[in-house]
Amino acid sequence: MGEKVLMKGNEAIAEAAILAGCRHFFGYPITPQNEIPEYMSRRMPEVGGVFLQAESEVAGSNMVYGAACAGARVMTTSSSPGISLMQEAISYMAGAELPCVLVNIVRGGPGLGGIQGSQADYFQATKGGGHGDYKLIVLAPSSVQELMDLTITAFDLADMYRNPVMILGDAILGQMMEPVILKERPKQDLPPKTWATVGAKMRPKNVITSLSLDPVKLEKHNLRLAEKYKRVADEQVRYKTYMADDAETLLVAYGTCARIAQAAVDIARERGLKVGLFRPISLWPFPYDALQLTAQESLRVLVVEMSLGQMIEDVRLAILDSKPVCFYGRTGGMTPTPREVLDEIEKIVEEGI
Amino acid sequence: MKQVFGRPDALTDVPTHYCPGCTHGIIHRLVAEVIDELGVRERTIGISPVGCAVLAYDYFNCDFVEASHGRAPAVATGIKRVLPDSVVFCYQGDGDLASIGAAEIVHAATRGEKITVIFVNNAIYGMTGGQMAPTTLPGQRTTTSPRGRDVESAGYPIRVAELLSSLSGVAYIARVSATSPANVTKAKRAVRKAFEMQIDGKGFSLVEFLSTCPINWGMSPLEAMKWVDEKMSLYYPLGDYTQVPEVG
Amino acid sequence: MHEEVVFAGFGGQGVLLIGQLVTYAGMIEGANVSWMPSYGPEMRGGTANCQVVVSSKEVSSPLVTEPTSLIALNKPSLDKFAPWVKRGGLIIYNSSLIQSPPGRTDVRVLAVPANEVANELGDLRIANMVALGAYLATSRVVSCDTVLDAMKRVLPERRHNLIPLNRQALARGIEIASVWHSRDRGDVSGRQ
Repeated sequence: MGEKVLMKGNEAIAEAAILAGCRHFFGYPITPQNEIPEYMSRRMPEVGGVFLQAESEVAGSNMVYGAACAGARVMTTSSSPGISLMQEAISYMAGAELPCVLVNIVRGGPGLGGIQGSQADYFQATKGGGHGDYKLIVLAPSSVQELMDLTITAFDLADMYRNPVMILGDAILGQMMEPVILKERPKQDLPPKTWATVGAKMRPKNVITSLSLDPVKLEKHNLRLAEKYKRVADEQVRYKTYMADDAETLLVAYGTCARIAQAAVDIARERGLKVGLFRPISLWPFPYDALQLTAQESLRVLVVEMSLGQMIEDVRLAILDSKPVCFYGRTGGMTPTPREVLDEIEKIVEEGI
Repeated sequence: MKQVFGRPDALTDVPTHYCPGCTHGIIHRLVAEVIDELGVRERTIGISPVGCAVLAYDYFNCDFVEASHGRAPAVATGIKRVLPDSVVFCYQGDGDLASIGAAEIVHAATRGEKITVIFVNNAIYGMTGGQMAPTTLPGQRTTTSPRGRDVESAGYPIRVAELLSSLSGVAYIARVSATSPANVTKAKRAVRKAFEMQIDGKGFSLVEFLSTCPINWGMSPLEAMKWVDEKMSLYYPLGDYTQVPEVG
Repeated sequence: MHEEVVFAGFGGQGVLLIGQLVTYAGMIEGANVSWMPSYGPEMRGGTANCQVVVSSKEVSSPLVTEPTSLIALNKPSLDKFAPWVKRGGLIIYNSSLIQSPPGRTDVRVLAVPANEVANELGDLRIANMVALGAYLATSRVVSCDTVLDAMKRVLPERRHNLIPLNRQALARGIEIASVWHSRDRGDVSGRQ
C-alpha cells in the first residue's frame, strides 16, 4: 500500500474493485475494456473471488443482479454496445434497489460504431438508458488514479444508497497508463444488507422484485425512489475547477476531454487569454449549482465533448440564458486536440460571443 | 389428533392466482414438499420468471427473487456463485426458458451450474393471453397461430429436455407430468432427485413438467389433462433424459 | 522539463515496450508521466504507436499531437508522424528500414541503423532498444540506469535473462548518438 505503480486505466479499475472488497465479477469480452475481465480472471482466484465469463452482456448483467441479491459487492464492465444490452438488468436493479458497480469504457457509436474513445453514451448513462423512472449515480474519472479512487467510491455509494453506480470512462482512459498510488480504503459506515436473499433463517423471507402490479403501490415506490435520488443529489455532487476564478471563457468538460481542455487552458493562459475549466466528476447528480456559481463572472461558456453535444444540455440547464453556451466536439472516436480547442476559444472571443 | 395432511412449511398460506385446472399449484406443492423433506428451506433461494408464475414469490415461503424475462438461470448463477452452500432453484415457463431465455438456460446447463430448474411447459403463453410458445405443438391454435402452428413458417417446437441433455454440465434431466396420481408420484421423485443432485454438487438439474392451460387451450380441466396425456406426451415423451456422455 | 514523445513502428517491433520503459523510468525519477497506446486491429500486423509524456508539470493531455520527439522504426510511421514533430524537436528513425530521411529541416534528425546493430548483437528483436539508447542519449529525458531498473519491473521474471542483451543494445544506441552529437555539435539548439 502507498506504493506508486504504473497501471493501465482498465487494470486500475479492476484492482480498485478488489481493494473495495469486490469478489464477484461477471463480464463478456468487448474492446476496448478487455484488460478488465482478463485482469479479473487472473486476480480473482488469488483473492478467493469469482470470475465468470458470461455468455452475453445480457446474462452477465443478470448474474450481477443475482449476486447483488445475495448481498455481494459485484461488478461488471463493458463498452457501449455491451452496455446497451445491459439496460434491461440495469433498470431492474434500479427498480429493485440493488447495489452494484457498472463500468462503461465508452467507444464510438451508434451501432457497432468503432473502438476508439468517445463520450457519446452520456445521455444513456445519465438520462435513463433503460425503461422507467430511475437514476444511476454516474462518475466520470479523468485520470488513472481517479479511475481507481472513484471505482472504490462507487462501491460505497452503491451500498450506501442501494443503487447501481456507473463509472463512465472512455477508451483513452481505459488504455492509457499513469502512475497510481494504491490506497488503503477508508472504512465506511455502511448499512447492513438485511434485505439480501441469503436464505430465510430465523427471520421472515426476503423477496426482491421490481414488480408492482398495483399502480398506487408502484407510484409510492417511485416517489420513495425520487426521495432517494434527491438525497443523492444533495449529498454526492462532485466537480473540480482549474483556473476558473477569473475566467472570461469557462470550458466545461469531463473525463478525457477535461484533460485536453486543461491543456488548452494552459496554452490560452500563456497567450494571455483568461480561460478556465469546470470539470463535472459526478455526471449524475450533475453539479448544476456549482457550475452556475462558477460561471457567474464568466462572459461565455464553451462545452467540449467527444460527441455531438450531450452534456451541453445539462450545462444549459445550469447556465440558463444568463450567457452564451458554445460547443466544440469531435465524435465517432475522434478526439479534439488542445490546439483545436484553443482555436475555438479564440474564434468565439474574436466573434465577441 | 395426528395431522396426516397439511401445507408444507415451504408454502405460504396465500391462495394462488392460478386458473382452475392449471397444474402450477400441484407443481408448487411438489417443490415445497421436497424442500421440506430435504430440510433446506432456510437456505433455499427461489427465482421466479416472467410469465404466469411471476408471483411465485408470494406462494413459496423462502427467500425469493424475481428475474427479468428469461434470465432466471443467469440470476441463479449470480446467487449460487456468491452462496455456494445455498439451494437455488429457478421456476420458469416455456416462453421464459425456451424462447427469450434460450441462451441463459443452455449456458447455465453447460457450465454445470449447481442449480435446479423447474420448467413448466404448457405449450402456450398463458399470462399474456394464449400466444404461440416455442413449445406450441405443430397445428396447435393460439392467438398468434390462429390457423394452427405452421411449421413451415413458425418452425418446430423445441424439446428442451432432449436439447439440454446433450450438454456435459448436466447432472439430471427428467420430463414428467402431473396428470394423474401415478404421474404426480413420479414427478415428485424427479423433483427430489433434481434437488439432491444440486445439494450433492453434481451439477445442473432440470425437471420439465408437461402442464395444462385449460383457459387458453379452450378446454375443460379434464380435457386439458387428457390432451397432455394423449397429444403433448407424444411430442414430448416422459422419462429420464440424463444421458450425458462422460467426457474426460 | 516537458517531453512528449511518439514511439512508432510495425506491430511486433516493440515500440509499446520502449515507450513503457521511458514512462516507468520517468515515474521512478519523480516526473509526471503518461503512456497512451494505439490499439485494436491496427495492432495486428499494421503500425503500432504509443504516446508518452514525461514532465515536471502535471500531465494535462495524455494525447500527444505536437511531439517534442519521434522515434520511428518503420517508414509508414515516419511518414505519418514526422509532420507532427514540434519545430526544434527530434526525429530518430530506423535507417535500416527507411532509405530516405524525413524532409524536415527545422528539427534535429538522427539516423540509427537499428536492425543492423541488433543483428550484429545476434537478435533482431532488440532493434527497439538500440533506438531507445539513441533517444535516451539525445534527449536525456531519463537516465539509462533508470530504464534498466524499469526493465526489471516491466519484464516478467522469466524474461530477465534478456536484460544483459538489452543493456548491450542500449549501449550501442547511446554510442551512435554520441558519435552523432560530437559531429553535429552546434546544431543542437532549443532543447530544454
